[in-house]
Amino acid sequence: MSAAYPTTWRKPPQMIQSRGWRIALAIGAIAYLVLAIGSVEINWTRVIAGMERAQRFVAGFLQPDFTTRWRDISNGLMESLTMTFTSTVVGVLISIPIGVGAARNVAPQWVYYICRSIIAISRALQEIIVAIFFVALFGFGAFAGFLTLTFATIGFIGKLLAEDIEDIDEAQAEAIRATGASWLQLINYAIQPQVMPRLIGLSLYRLDINFRESAVIGIVGAGGIGAALNTSLSRYEYSSAGAILLIIIAIVMVSEYSSGYLRKWVK
Amino acid sequence: MSIASADPPIWQHRTPRKRLLLWVGWLACVALFVWCWERMTQRTIWAFVWDAPNAAADIGSRAFPPRWSYMERLWGPLWDTINIATLGTLLGIAMAVPLAFLAASNTTPSRWILRPLALFIIVASRSINSLIWALLLVSILGPGILAGILAIALRSIGFIGKLLYEAIEETDISQVEAITATGASQAQILTYGIVPQVLPAFYGISVFRWDINIRESAILGLVGAGGIGAQLNASLNTLAWPQVSLIILVILGTVVVSEWVSAKVRHAVI
Amino acid sequence: MLRIEGLTKTYKTGDKALSDVSFEAPQGQVIGLIGPSGAGKSTLIRCINRLVEPSSGAVWLNDINLAALRTGELRRARRRIGMIFQEYALVERLTVMENVLSGRLGYVGFWRSFTRRYPGADIANAYRLLDRVGLMAHADKRADALSGGQRQRVGIARALAQDPELLLIDEPTASLDPKTSRQIMRLIVEICRERTLPAIINIHDVVLAQQFSDRIIGLQSGRMVFDGPPSGLTEAVLTQIYGEEDWTAMRKGASDEADAEAEEKAQTEQMLRAL
Ligand SMILES: Nc1ncnc2c1ncn2[C@@H]1O[C@H](COP(=O)(O)OP(=O)(O)O)[C@@H](O)[C@H]1O
Ligand SMILES: [Mg+2]
Repeated sequence: MSAAYPTTWRKPPQMIQSRGWRIALAIGAIAYLVLAIGSVEINWTRVIAGMERAQRFVAGFLQPDFTTRWRDISNGLMESLTMTFTSTVVGVLISIPIGVGAARNVAPQWVYYICRSIIAISRALQEIIVAIFFVALFGFGAFAGFLTLTFATIGFIGKLLAEDIEDIDEAQAEAIRATGASWLQLINYAIQPQVMPRLIGLSLYRLDINFRESAVIGIVGAGGIGAALNTSLSRYEYSSAGAILLIIIAIVMVSEYSSGYLRKWVK
Repeated sequence: MSIASADPPIWQHRTPRKRLLLWVGWLACVALFVWCWERMTQRTIWAFVWDAPNAAADIGSRAFPPRWSYMERLWGPLWDTINIATLGTLLGIAMAVPLAFLAASNTTPSRWILRPLALFIIVASRSINSLIWALLLVSILGPGILAGILAIALRSIGFIGKLLYEAIEETDISQVEAITATGASQAQILTYGIVPQVLPAFYGISVFRWDINIRESAILGLVGAGGIGAQLNASLNTLAWPQVSLIILVILGTVVVSEWVSAKVRHAVI
Repeated sequence: MLRIEGLTKTYKTGDKALSDVSFEAPQGQVIGLIGPSGAGKSTLIRCINRLVEPSSGAVWLNDINLAALRTGELRRARRRIGMIFQEYALVERLTVMENVLSGRLGYVGFWRSFTRRYPGADIANAYRLLDRVGLMAHADKRADALSGGQRQRVGIARALAQDPELLLIDEPTASLDPKTSRQIMRLIVEICRERTLPAIINIHDVVLAQQFSDRIIGLQSGRMVFDGPPSGLTEAVLTQIYGEEDWTAMRKGASDEADAEAEEKAQTEQMLRAL
C-alpha cells in the first residue's frame, strides 16, 4: 500500500475547540465531584438499621394493604382527583388570555411584559412553596391545593401557548390582517385554528402533571392523597403506603394511556 | 372573499351528528366540573378564604424587609442543594441509560420480559414525585443529603429514561442497517449506529433534568432530605417570616441561574 | 462468485416479495436490477446479506451458503459484502473519516472501534479511498455537512473499506440530480472494473441501467422476467417488466406530479394574498 497516506487519524474535538479549555474543564469537573461527594455524610449505622425498614417497605409494596386505611385513602383520592380536574380547567381558561398576551407577535409591548412576568413568577416558584403559602392564607384543605395547581398551570400552559402563537405561520396571520380584520378576529381566524389542537394536547398533559402534583402538596397540608401517604409513612405503615403508591402509579398509567389516545382522536 | 371563508376546514367538515356529540361532550365537561367543585369545596371553611387578603397583607408586612444577615447561614445549605441536584442527576443518568436501551423496542434484548419491566420502572419512577421519594428514603435511611440525592436520582430515572428511549426508538433505521451490513457486532452497532444519533438528545435531556432537579432539591429539606429546604422548614415552623422571604429569594436566584446555564448548554449542544 | 438458487421471500404481512429467483453473477460483472417500484428489488439484495431473512432458497458466495449461516458466521460473511444505500445511510453525526472507518468494524474489536484506534493500515486505506472518490479535503467534516453527491461518495468509500468481494447497491442515484447520478454511476462502474468486483445495482431509471451495466435482470412482482444484455431491452420487454403502462411515460408522470404540487402551493399562496 502506498506510504503517501497518513496512518494515524484523530477525531477533531466536537464541542470545545481549545485544548486548554478542555483540560481546565475536566479538572474543574473532577475537583467539583471530589468536593461534592466528600461533603456527603453517610451515617452507616443508621443506613444499616434502615435496611430492615427498606425490606419491610418492599414487602409492603408487594403486599399492599388497601383496607385498613381505606377511608383516608378514598377521601384523599377523591380530593386529589377533583382538585386535579377543577384546577386544570380553571388554569387553562386563565392561561389562554395570558398566553395570548405573552406572544410577542400579537400583544402590545406593555401587555407582553405583564403577562411574561406572571408566567415567569408562576414557573419559578416551586409548587410546594406556593402550596405552603396558600395553606397559610386559605387554611388547610383542598381549596389551597386547587389554587396551587391552578397557579402552576397558568405558568406552564401560558408559556407553551405563547411560544406556539409566536411560531404560527405568519403568512396566514398577514392574510387575515390584510382584510382589515379586528384584533379579536385575527385571534379567532388566524391564531385559534393553528394552536387549538396543541392547546388541547397540552391541557391533557397538564392534567396528568396536576394529578401527580396533587399527590405531593398534601404533604404540606393542601389536601389530596399526599396527606394520607404522609401519615402512613410517618407511622411506618409501609403496606398502606405501598397501596397508595400503587394507586398513584396505576392512575398515572391509565391517564397517560388515555390521554395519548385522546390526543390522537383530537388530531 | 369574505372573512367566513377563512374558517378552517375542520369546522366545515363536521356533520350535524358530530356537532351534537361535541355539544354533549362539552356539556358533560361542565357538569363534571360543577360536581368536582362541589365535592372539593365540601370541607372548605369559607371564612378563612374571605379572610385571605388580610392574612396576606399581614404576612407580607412581616416578611419584608428580608433578614439579609441570615444569608451567612445559607451558603452551606445552598452548596448541599446544588450537590443534591448534580449528584442525583448523575446517578439518575447512570441508571436511566441502560434502562432506556432495555425499554426501546429496537434495542431491547428481550421483548416480553425485560422491556415491560423497564417500562414499568420508568412509569413508577415518573409517577412518584421526588418529595415522596424523599419522604420514603428519609423514613428508611434517616435524614440527610444522601436521602436527597437518592430521591432526585430515583425521580430522574423515569424522566430521562422515558425521553431517551423515545429518542432511541426514533432513530433512523437505515443508519443502523448500514452499520449492520458491514459485519459489525451488536455492541458496535449500538455505539456506531444508535449512540451518535441520540447523543444530542441525551445531553439536552440531562441538562434539562438537572435544571428541574435544582428546583426540586431546594424543597427536599422540608421532609428532612437536606439542602436549603431544611432552613425553610425551620423558619416556617418558628414563623420567622423575614428569613422565609430571604430563603425564597435565594431559591429564586438559584433557579434563574440554573435555567440560564441549562439554556446555554442546550444551545451549545444542539 | 455469487450464485442465487430458488430465493423466495414472503413477508409476515403476507406480501410475496420474491418467488423462486435464481441467477449467477460472475467475477467483475455489473448487473443492473430493474423493475417497477414494489417489484422486490430491495428485498432481493437485502436477502443476500440477510438484512432481510429469506424464506427459502440458497445464496452461495464462494461456496458458502449465506442463507444458512448462524449469527457469528453471518457477521464474518457480511464483512466482505459492501452495501450502498439510496439515502446514503451515513451516520450523520459522525465525521466522514469515521464513516469510512466504520467499514472496518467487522475486522476490529469493540474497544478499538469505540476509542477510534484503528490499525494504521486501515487509516491509510481510508485516506486512499477518500482520495479515490475525491473527498480527501473533507475527512474531518461531519457527514451531514456534505451535499448529496458527496455523501454517496462517502457511502461508496465505506463499502470499499470493507475490502468487499461483492457490492450490493440499492438505488444509488434515486436522491440525486441527473448529472450527479451519472457521475456516481460512472464512479461505481469504474471501481468495479478496477477491482473486478461483481455488483448488483437496483435502478429505477432504465436509461441509466442500460448505459452502465453489463447485464440486466428484470423483476416483476417478485419474479425474474428478463435476464440478458442491455441491448436486449426492447420496447416489448420493458412493457412486460413495467406492465401495460408505457414505461417512458412513467418518469414523465413523476415529474408531472411534482409540477402539479408546486402549482398548487403557488395557488394557495396567491389565494391567501387575495383574502
Ligand atoms: N418490511 C416489509 N414488510 C412487509 N412487506 C414488505 C416489507 N418490505 C417490502 N415489502 C413488500 O415487498 C414488496 C417488494 O418490496 P421492495 O423489495 O421494497 O420493492 P422495490 O425495491 O422493488 O421497490 C412490496 O410489495 C412491499 O410492499
Ligand atoms: Mg426499493
